Formats: sequence, structure tokens, C-alpha cells
Amino acid sequence: MTMLTNLSRRTVLKGIAGTGGFVIGARIGADQLLGLPANAAEGKLDANLFVAVDGDGSVTITCARSEMGQGVRTSLPMIIADEMEADWARCSVVQADAEQKWNDFGQELDTDGSRSVRRDINHLRAAGAGARKMLEMAAAEMWGVPAEECVAQNHRVSHAPSGRSADFGELVATASGLEAPDPATVQVKDRSDWKYIANESAYTPDAYVDLVDMTTGKGMFGADTMLDGMKTAVVARSPVYRGKVESYDDSAAMAITGVRGTVEIPMPELPIAFKQLGGVAVIADNTWAALEGRKALQVQWAESENSALDSPSYDDALRKAASEPGTTIRERGSYELARDKASAKEFTRDYFVPFFIHTPMEPPAAVANYQDGKVEIWAASQHPMAVRDTIAEVLGIEKEDVLVHITLLGGGFGRKSKADYAVEAAYLSREVGAPVRLVWTREDEVRNGYYHAASAQSISAVIDAGRVSGWRHGVAFPSILGLWVPEQKIGFNIEHGLGLIDMPYNSIENIRIENGDANLHTRIGWYRSVNNIQHSFAINSFANELAHEIGRDPVEFQLELIGEPAIIDLTQEKVEDYWNYGDPIEDYPIDTGRLAAVLRKARDVSGYGKALPKGHGLGLAVHRSFLSYIAQAVRVQVADDGNYTVTRVDTVLDCGLGANPERIRAQCEGAAVYGNTIARFGQITYGQGAVNESNFHDYPVSRIDDSPLNVHLHRIENDHIPSGVGEPMVPPFAPALANAIFAATGKRIRNLPIRPEDIAAG
Amino acid sequence: MNLTVNGSPQEFGGDPNMPLLWYVRDVLGLTGSKFACGTGLCGSCTVHVGGEAVRACVTPVSAAEGMEVTTIEGLDAEGNHPVQRAWRAHNVPQCGYCQSGQIMQAAALLSQNPDPSDQEILDGMSGNICRCGTYQRIFAAVKTAAKEV
Repeated sequence: MTMLTNLSRRTVLKGIAGTGGFVIGARIGADQLLGLPANAAEGKLDANLFVAVDGDGSVTITCARSEMGQGVRTSLPMIIADEMEADWARCSVVQADAEQKWNDFGQELDTDGSRSVRRDINHLRAAGAGARKMLEMAAAEMWGVPAEECVAQNHRVSHAPSGRSADFGELVATASGLEAPDPATVQVKDRSDWKYIANESAYTPDAYVDLVDMTTGKGMFGADTMLDGMKTAVVARSPVYRGKVESYDDSAAMAITGVRGTVEIPMPELPIAFKQLGGVAVIADNTWAALEGRKALQVQWAESENSALDSPSYDDALRKAASEPGTTIRERGSYELARDKASAKEFTRDYFVPFFIHTPMEPPAAVANYQDGKVEIWAASQHPMAVRDTIAEVLGIEKEDVLVHITLLGGGFGRKSKADYAVEAAYLSREVGAPVRLVWTREDEVRNGYYHAASAQSISAVIDAGRVSGWRHGVAFPSILGLWVPEQKIGFNIEHGLGLIDMPYNSIENIRIENGDANLHTRIGWYRSVNNIQHSFAINSFANELAHEIGRDPVEFQLELIGEPAIIDLTQEKVEDYWNYGDPIEDYPIDTGRLAAVLRKARDVSGYGKALPKGHGLGLAVHRSFLSYIAQAVRVQVADDGNYTVTRVDTVLDCGLGANPERIRAQCEGAAVYGNTIARFGQITYGQGAVNESNFHDYPVSRIDDSPLNVHLHRIENDHIPSGVGEPMVPPFAPALANAIFAATGKRIRNLPIRPEDIAAG
Repeated sequence: MNLTVNGSPQEFGGDPNMPLLWYVRDVLGLTGSKFACGTGLCGSCTVHVGGEAVRACVTPVSAAEGMEVTTIEGLDAEGNHPVQRAWRAHNVPQCGYCQSGQIMQAAALLSQNPDPSDQEILDGMSGNICRCGTYQRIFAAVKTAAKEV
């Protein structure tokens, strides 16, 4: 239940309402889970989300998730506006700072895991409905009529029996003096009364709060905050993870005009988590001087054990670990018994997906000001509380003494969930005694990041009497958990739950999934859709190859593997800790019926099965991730030299209720391009522990002339509750493309990226 | 040295090798032009010098001496250049970070070639990276803007 409070008479709300406004606060979060009283007394309720109405009727709404391109600063506040019957044209949005009250109620600000809408929508609806009810109560009091006769609509409250009506602004003074309603009495709207939520026509360009800024250069991103006396810093970091500064010589750097000094940033103790890497910072009057200074800086790095990371041998070790017996993480029946039958035949294929790095267009950036033991920071961060908490930890100050403002993010993709760059900014501001703008170059971002884990996979199927009777899937990859547990050798339940142990081929009677050991020599981090990328790639590619092996149509065969509509209960298969993207399995079961339905629809809308011209192919893939079900059909044209063009993508999405259908469409288009980068280019390699790549010339990403520009979204309309959107449309792309290339050329892809030379004719 | 930025005369006595990007951002405070690669590979920093699109991150400020520099802030006084209007009509931006550069690139493209073919649009825009993947809408918006310039 979402608690509500009237905050109009308090003055704590910096920047949210003019004096005399009506301010309702809602406490959003999982407070019952934390054992807090469900009905805190009025006046004692700390709210974290605010809706303010000014005397002129203008409405201000907090947005408590970071904007990184998903449109969240429009989509979430519009949910509140709809429920409160506010006219969106009279609403504006303020971005929430990271403050303790968010943590207190278990509400994360972390914008990650494709969960903003699904986690927040009920709270936002309740907050909006509460505000509406209070405005109706205010009208009732003003007019001396029963509250239930007063109805809010389109920014006015009307009383039909007397014909009176008032703009929200006229009700502010009265509403300010009312007690907030008991949340049990607050009624959210019927779905049929929604004006904005789920209504694509409401999301016109004018509705987007940042669109004008983004097209005029006014948007404020991580490096755009300007403070008096601000210095700019860039940091020289070890090319090899955990390489300590042995010594450095800054004399040449100091000779550059504008360079003001150098500061050594200590390398923290393990676990590294989101702390800084350590290195030597060059402090300068402007970015150019800082960059030139760093170029002139001489740093001797100590040897690090991580120089053992050399891609060819490391990749081979992963392949070996994936093929050999590992830790069993799901088991149904007995794979060995199925395999050892006289009539059975085993079919095995191996897959490899390399390391990736995020390359958001905006490299990590933050502006920090340390003064008198307190830090104020403006950061492009997906994870405001991690910024606050990690700065407090590293600087040895109280969390309450770190004030975090969130700017627009120039892309995130998981990179900006980590706080290391914000810590660097805060640390340097303290050491320099001035505000510091911390700049990462593209080379820094590519070489000193948190990498998407390289992974080897080996899948075997037992074919018996034309059917698949056994399935063994082995994986090996360095784990994200290594950020906190450096000795970690296998993945943990979150990684296993990213399309691996939840493998949906429910008709197979004998299944074993195993995780082999892998060493950690770099920082591993999540990257848009995370391990789903490789799991979806291998499982969909293998199913396609297996179908061809036994002479079946790949889509019909995959539907047969998925089987009859069913709910998969992994607890019956030795999986005790399936995390289900952090949401209850009762709310979001693994539903093979929904999975099969998107695949069938992709087959039907894409014209699958029709003859195509020479060199053309159509491939499909299907995957459940972030609680949504997606199938993609990718159409490709392959030239004799192996160059390929994606000529059409049909994406079928079942994400339940979609709050903002227009941005879901945008995410669909963007995910195809993101998937195209992964399939075509993504590859980070290491030599003696250092990343070999550095910028877009040797770590290319999709450009307009190699990207799918003909992407079509097909939604499944149903009454399911909302599930993820931002990430889940990425994982099916690479296998759908690989299957399409096979259809076009007969060349089978088992490794990413897909290079033209690997599929050239001849 | 002297130059004009968005119609205002400017005098600069600093390092003539400083890239134009850092001059407009750090010295003039015009933060609409963005840093993303620093090597002319992605186009996020695109500005106009003498009406031509250049990569400000690899163009020394000295190369703009005596020239008219236009950044996203100066493309149109009201922010209503046909390209900007088309970008909004198609709701192109996601994160928005690369879009200043995309818009400046498209504006220069259309000023030189008001009626580009599909291939000319792809060629003209292929130096500008968008990691959110807004290319489908960029392509459509350039076509829309071409009808208006």
C-alpha cells in the first residue's frame, strides 16, 4: 500500500513548489517487507515522491528513475498525471536526488534491470489517485457538498448537482489544510478511464519533457554542470586491472599551460565493487590541458597477476570448462540415461561470445564539489544510491553528507550503474580543494570498464527416435559476483537466471545444465540484457542447427521443444534460488504458452516459409527475459563477399501492459541496432592483461549504413501486468540473424561477432 | 586570434591547438556540442565552420580563425531549424547525447544537397554514431526536413 501525506505546510521541498502550493507526498517502496508500520501517523510519514500543485494550477512531479534514453522522465510522471486527472500540458518534472528516505522504504532509484515501470506503476497510480482525491475533498469542503459528488477531470473538479467547477489551482489553498486520505480509501481509475497510460496517441512529441532540450543542445549531461572555480580532471589508470602506481613523473605534464597539478588516487582494497580503480589524475583549467597533461605524464605501473589474461588462451580455457563436467545448476531426469540408450545419438555444438564494453555515447562523467566534509555531486548515474554510498565509504564520511543530483545520461547500458567515476570526482575535489569535473575519454571507457563477460557454451542433445530426449548445456564465464567475491569461479543465481537455467524447452525429459570454472582478471559488469545475450544466441542457434540435422522445419521444431503451454517449476529440478529478475514467480511465472505464442506470431507476420531470392534469408529466435517474451524475425541479404544487410526486422513483444507504447516502439527500434552491434562487431580482446581495443576504429559499433532501418514492432495485447522492455528485445537478435544467414548461405555461425569473411561464398 | 561563434565575435588568446570542441565547451560554456570519441570517429561534436560540418574534437581552434562557427545553440535562434523540427516530429532522440551532432550533420548535408537520395542520406549520416540506435528515425527525419529546406 502506498502511504500518502500532506506536506504543504513544510518547507523541505527545495525546488518543487512555490510557496503556498499544495504538496502531497507518497511513500513508495517495499515498506511492508521492511516491517515498517503500515499506517504511520500523519506528520510522521517521510515521503519520497512528491506531487505539487501551485496556485496557478501548474503541477510538478518527481521522477525517481534516471533518464538514459528510455523516456522515463516522461513515462513515469504521466502515470501520476493520468491518475490525478492532471492535464499533462500543465505538468513539469523534477529529478529526484539520492536521499536516505528512498533507501528507508526499500525503493531503489537504480535504473536497471528493465524494471522502472513494472516496479513503480502501482505506487505512481496510487500517488496520483491520492492527489486527485485530495483535490476532490478540497472542492467538497469549499462548496460544502459531499466529497463523493465532486469529480476531478482534466485539471478541474466539478460538482454536477450545483454546476460548480474549479481549476486545480483554485483548490490549492483548501487542499493544503487537509489530512491526506487513508490509502485504503483511495481508488485508482478503471483501466478504461486512462487517458495517457497505455494510450499511444497521448505520447506526442509535445508530451516529452526533454525533447526540446535534446534538439537544441540545452540538455544537461554529466560533464555539463559548470561551477565557479571548477577544475577538470582526467585520470591515468593501469592498462592491466589492479596494476598499482609504482612511481610517476609529472614534470612534463606540469609544464603544459593550464595544468595545475597531479593527484594520485589510491587503489582500494578488494573487493573492488563500485570503488575507483586508482591511478594518477591530472588537474587542469580545461579539458584540453588535462588531456595534454595526461599524455605527458610518465607512470610506471607495477606488475599485476592479471597480466595472465591473454585472449586466445583464456578463451580456450573457457571452452574447455564449458565442455567438461561442471557444477550442476539444473537437473531434470537423467541426461546420461537418455544418452546411453542404444537407440540414442548425441549431437554437440560449441559457441563463443566475446567480452563487450558498453560504449554509451557519453563516457562516464561527473562534477563534484567537496566542501567542509560534505560532497555535492552532479552525476550521469543509473544508480544514485550507489554513488552516494560508495563516495561515503571511500571518503570516510557519512552517507547523509553526500548529496547526489542526477543529470541526463548520454546512454547507460549498465556502465553507469557503477559509481567508480563519481568516486574519482569526489575524491579529487577533496584533494584539490575545488569543484572537479571528471572526464573519461573513449579510450578510458573501452580500456578500463566493467566488461560483459566472455562466455563459452557447449550444448548437446540426445536424439532418440526422431525426438530430443536429453539436453546438456555447459557454460563457463567470469562472474559479475567477482566484483564482491574476488575468488568466485562460477556464476551466481542472477547470472544463471538470465536465460540459462530457465531454458524453456519443456518437452525434453532429461536436462542438465552445468557451469564450469573461470578465472577473473578484469572487472565484469552487466551490459544491456547481460548473459541473456549469449544464452539466447547459443540456445536458439543450436535448436536451429538441430532441426536441420534431423530434417525438421526449425520453427515447428522449436515449438515442439517448447511443448504444450505450461508453467515451468524450477524448484522441482534442483534449482532453489531462481531469482526471476527479482520479482515473485507467482506474479511472473515461466509461461511456455506465452513464449510459443510470440514465436508463432513472428512466424506469421514475417512471411516465414515463403521462397526468397538467392542470397536472402529469414531467421527466427525466441527468448524470455526480464519477464517479457520476445520473438524476432530477421531478414538478411548476403552478398558473395559475405557483406550482409539486415533488410527487415519483425519483433513480437509480450510485455503485458505497456505504459508508454510509443517509447516501447523506440526501444524496439533501438534494440535491433544494439543487437546488430553485438552480432556484427562486439569484441573486446586482451593481450597480457590489457584491452587491445581503444576507440570506435577498432571497437566499431553500428552506424546508420549497416543498421536495420526497417524494424517493426508487433505487440501481444493481453491483461498481464507490466514486464521489462528496455533490455529483452536485445537477446533474440543475434541468433535470429545467424539463423537468417544460415538460411541465405548455408554457413553456420557459432561464434560472435559474425564477420563477412566467415560467410563469404566459396 | 578572432573568430565568430553563433554570430558573436570572439577573441581567443589560449592554445591555438586546442580543439574547437573544448574551446566552445570549456571556454565559451556552450555545452550542446558533445565529447564522445575525441578522434573524429563518431560525430557527436559536429559544428559548422564556414557552413561546413566539421568534427570539433579534432579541429584546432586555429583552423576557425576568421571564420563563422555555428554550434547547435546557434543553428536557429528559436531552435526551429527545419532539421530540429523534423527531429521533434519523428521524436528521434532517446538519450539525446549524440543528437546535437546528428542535427548539425543533417543540417549541413541538406544545405549542400537539399534533395538527397536514400543512399546520399546514409552516406552523409554514416559518420555520426548513435548507440541508442535511433537511425530509423534519423533517416525518416532527414527525409522530412529535406522537404522543408
